[in-house]
Amino acid sequence: MTSLTLVRRIRARPQVVFDAVTTAEGIAQWWGPDAGPVLVAEADPRVGGRYRVRFRRLDSSEHESSGEFLEFIRPERVVLSWRWKGGVPDPGESRVEITLRPVAEGTELTFIHSQLQDEEARRSHEGGWKGALDKLEAYFAAGNAA
Amino acid sequence: MVNFRGRLDRTFVALSDPTRRAILAQLERSNGASISDLAEPFTIRLPAVMKHLDVLATAGLVTRSKTGRTVTVRLRPQPMREAMEWLRRYERFWSSSLDRLTSYAESKEAQARRNGR
Repeated sequence: MTSLTLVRRIRARPQVVFDAVTTAEGIAQWWGPDAGPVLVAEADPRVGGRYRVRFRRLDSSEHESSGEFLEFIRPERVVLSWRWKGGVPDPGESRVEITLRPVAEGTELTFIHSQLQDEEARRSHEGGWKGALDKLEAYFAAGNAA
Repeated sequence: MVNFRGRLDRTFVALSDPTRRAILAQLERSNGASISDLAEPFTIRLPAVMKHLDVLATAGLVTRSKTGRTVTVRLRPQPMREAMEWLRRYERFWSSSLDRLTSYAESKEAQARRNGR
């Protein structure tokens, strides 16, 4: 797994979505894997500007990620570098790309997180992980051991 | 987290071999099997099967229990669930974030419209 793509249709104009995605005020409202709070949201939304987000999960663990705005084209596209801080696994840098397209009901948002798990990806070639992962996927897809 | 990664490494190493995957597949279909049952479909010898079982047991993917002279091997799916969780981690993170982003942006849009902007 080296990249993840998600698509969402949002009933809001691209500029509204864009600001929600890129401003500290917006980020504080949505960032994180569960309903736990965002503790710190900082963003300097321009090319070369940095962002930092710290959040608490419902299991009360805290996590922080930060990076740089690599591309910033309001209200169409934003690209961020991404890095976890500290004790979370996968300390390498990855890339988050968000593209907004106006559609009849508002905005179609395409989200891509790429360059994930570079270290694991490299090792996967050595250890034959790829096949193992495919098997694993198939294993669970078939509803086994679930 | 180091322990977690160590466990993941062992899981993936264990799953990277076709014979070991075949053993797991066999165990999936049965509620426990003896070592000679497991060796039967393979052309490899018993000691080689034992070696594969060692790797699977180290990864926690199988358990072995001895009753008299018979060793029963059972599947233990927990490490595979963990490995799957690891794979799905980013997906969950972003999927949940984007759900909230969607409701937030939609409420901002509604607010802007009410204010006539």
